[in-house]
Amino acid sequence: MKRLLKGGRVIDPVNGIDGVHDILIDGDRIAAVGRDLPADGASVIEIPGDLVVCPGFIDMHVHLREPGQEHKETVASGTASAVAGGFTAVACMPNTAPVNDNANVTAYILSKAAEANLARVHPIGAVSRESKGELLADIAELKNAGCVAITDDGHPVKTAMLMRRAMEYAGMFGMPLIEHCEDPSLKGDGVAHEGYMAATLGLRGMPGACEALGVERGILLSELTGSAFHVAHMSARASLRAVRKGKEAGVRVTCEVAPHHFTLTDEALGSPIPYDTNTKMNPPLREAADRDAMLSGLADGSVDVIATDHAPHHYDEKKVEFDRAPFGIIGLETAIPLSLDRLVHSGLIRLPRLVELFSVNPSRILGIAGGSLSIGAPADVTIIAPDLRVRIDASRLRSRSKNTPFDGWDLRGGVAATLVGGRPVFVNPEAHLAL
Amino acid sequence: MSAPVITKVDEIPAVTSLRRKDLLGISDMAADEITLVLDTAEAMKEIGSRPIKKVPALRGKTVVNLFFEPSTRTRTSFEIAEKRLSADTLNIAIASSSVVKGETLADTALNLEAMQPDMIVLRHSSSGACHLLSRICRSAIINAGDGMHEHPTQALLDAFTIRERKKRLEGLKVAIVGDLLHSRVLRSNIHLLTKMGADVWVCGPPTLIPTDIRRFGVRATSRVDEAVADADVIMLLRIQLERMEGAFFPSLREYFNVFGMTEARLRLAKPDVMIMHPGPMNRGVEIASEVADGPYSVILDQVANGVAVRMAVLYLLAGGAEHETAA
Amino acid sequence: MPVVMDADRIARTLTRIAHEIVERNKGVDDLALVGVRTRGVHLARRLARTLKEITGDEVPTGALDITLYRDDLMRHAVGPQPLVRRTEIPFSIDDRKILLVDDVLYTGRTTRAALDALIDFGRPRGIQLIVLVDRGHRELPIKADYVGKNLPTAPDQSVQVRLQESDNRDEVVLEQGGAA
Repeated sequence: MKRLLKGGRVIDPVNGIDGVHDILIDGDRIAAVGRDLPADGASVIEIPGDLVVCPGFIDMHVHLREPGQEHKETVASGTASAVAGGFTAVACMPNTAPVNDNANVTAYILSKAAEANLARVHPIGAVSRESKGELLADIAELKNAGCVAITDDGHPVKTAMLMRRAMEYAGMFGMPLIEHCEDPSLKGDGVAHEGYMAATLGLRGMPGACEALGVERGILLSELTGSAFHVAHMSARASLRAVRKGKEAGVRVTCEVAPHHFTLTDEALGSPIPYDTNTKMNPPLREAADRDAMLSGLADGSVDVIATDHAPHHYDEKKVEFDRAPFGIIGLETAIPLSLDRLVHSGLIRLPRLVELFSVNPSRILGIAGGSLSIGAPADVTIIAPDLRVRIDASRLRSRSKNTPFDGWDLRGGVAATLVGGRPVFVNPEAHLAL
Repeated sequence: MSAPVITKVDEIPAVTSLRRKDLLGISDMAADEITLVLDTAEAMKEIGSRPIKKVPALRGKTVVNLFFEPSTRTRTSFEIAEKRLSADTLNIAIASSSVVKGETLADTALNLEAMQPDMIVLRHSSSGACHLLSRICRSAIINAGDGMHEHPTQALLDAFTIRERKKRLEGLKVAIVGDLLHSRVLRSNIHLLTKMGADVWVCGPPTLIPTDIRRFGVRATSRVDEAVADADVIMLLRIQLERMEGAFFPSLREYFNVFGMTEARLRLAKPDVMIMHPGPMNRGVEIASEVADGPYSVILDQVANGVAVRMAVLYLLAGGAEHETAA
Repeated sequence: MPVVMDADRIARTLTRIAHEIVERNKGVDDLALVGVRTRGVHLARRLARTLKEITGDEVPTGALDITLYRDDLMRHAVGPQPLVRRTEIPFSIDDRKILLVDDVLYTGRTTRAALDALIDFGRPRGIQLIVLVDRGHRELPIKADYVGKNLPTAPDQSVQVRLQESDNRDEVVLEQGGAA
């Protein structure tokens, strides 16, 4: 089947395109990109001029919770949430039950993704068996089964020695090592950012240095091994400082920031709802200087990717005392509105940079198809509506879990439609798109 | 005083109440609310010296003392206060094992709510537990100590004790020495004393001083001589054995040598200095026995005043709030 | 705002009451005055002074706060609590004849509360009630033993007693419009 996306501002940095263009999709591939393309038997979809057509957005840090924690989320509900959030693909973390440290679990996840037939799923495999940090997982097997990177996310790789070996080994296959950067002894039993808010609220704190220590370790080992090192959910200014220095020195280090870390600070723990467990995550919401550093990194290019760290938790699990609640919030369906509102409309970055952060860079880092609207590329397209007024309503999110601190927020910018392999898998009725 | 206003019972003037449904912490109280509690506590104190130590003010009200952490002193103090106001009291002591086994705090509270208590006095090991309860329960919640966050009635009774002797709080130099990091008594006292205009100094090893403590409007030092110099009041905070294992300081002996309140250090303070301690004391760790039992110590007065202050809080909250607590 | 009693009238009334007390009790032995806060306390002290002038004897005087005994406490679902002040009765009331002093007698509920409070302090031999103004409209079976002035009033009027000690002047005023 052929579709012609007619009109609409197309932003495709890889191919140097930014302007009103038409896109012809044939089957599941991009067939042509140009001005005033002839319909030629294609079904024509008029794209209003205020909508922006981009290569499909990729969220490279998502917890789909299946297998093992289906009460929180499943591959089906998670990918439904992803496409509603404008993502054509997600990379899912291995800290499931059982851990994704072997081909069987990887295959299971991929089969569930095929069944749901919504967003593409790229599993990330474990660094070590059961992520225990002792023996290496069967990384080649994981790669062959479809994993695109390795991580022991949830916690840092246990020892520097193990990380070195994993980097060297995974480096054979060009797989990056993604790291939850943290020094466990410094973290202790912290539940919040060590600072004035934690002191006021009487919560045990974890300082920014705790994360930065992990970042520095990874950068040094990346330099030693020559392998790619990616900092997951970066939040501290000391971490950014280390990443900048590493990049300047030519180390293969990349990093991602989650929307909550460029939007909120630790003040959210005190108000509007004191001890709101939907403000508890690891790494924690930090002080304004850290949040502002993340914004500066997004603006100047030191930050490579925006990834949500979508971490669904059941309502019962979060309705407890702050220090007993699990870490994490969902993020797939709030990422685009927050990014458009806080980064683009504030004047900090422009749309082409946004496309880099959400599409170009994730596809490059993970070595997966996507990131551009090149001829012959899969027709994964994200159409965003930068001026759409959006009110976040937790009860209507497609994720099984509703643990978000953004419920009730009014934001400017949203998703109009998501196409995977040419197929519209999500259309926002508010965007008035005849898809 | 303004002209009297006729109410239903002849002309008794109605005055401001506490502007809240719960007492969750000193941090959201205004100075005039604190003064109201202290003034009311003065009147309540007199009841303890009567032959019949009871007034009917809370007759027919049910107050539940829900204690998730063991406490003899605070719980007894609340219980006596409740009984002196003629309330019906119910003591629930939850052993930590049952918490691990089963019911969440939220479920325990909802089950309790079904029996319609008027007020719940909660002590819990998690900071923010009272906030959680206050969102779930319609009963008035009184914080009897939540994790490391606040212990408001302790700070109120400390302030009452100081005001009784010194006739004011404003302008007094108050030194607080001890485990500042983990202390809810510290936080409540800092909020209260700074709101009332005292000059607060906090002192302890750097490992036990919270980050950004100066943003609370206090001076911080690790030199105890500096903290107690010319102090009007010295408050000692309890040191726990576990802190040594957390490497906060090497030994209790060393702690005592560097920070313990001895008679020698006492002499640096004002001649009419007051020595206070929320209890229970570790003699020979944060305070020398001679000081604890000495003439400057008002530790036993604190305990006596605890009942009066808690009676005041119970009374002031029992009428219901004029406005809902701001979140 | 008609002034119903001026300073001079109040002074003479209190003197008259003091003499009545002495006459009815055949002296001041075993008597004690307890004023109901706030203005009852000022009146009680004045009576004590006058009794001393008349008889040469000291009559012990105390102050009673009846707030915690009010029957309308806690009855409003939402409402400010009345301020509680200190009660100071520095003598035993057992076997004494207590002269309870208040400024205005109206519904009688304040007196009822005062009686309950006094009983918690001990067992007096008797209690007599002294009021400066009786404005009628009793809701309980309470009567004053000594009345300064009987003042018939309408329910929508209010009686304001002002005393030097708290209001810088002595007068009793009848105002239109009862306050809440």
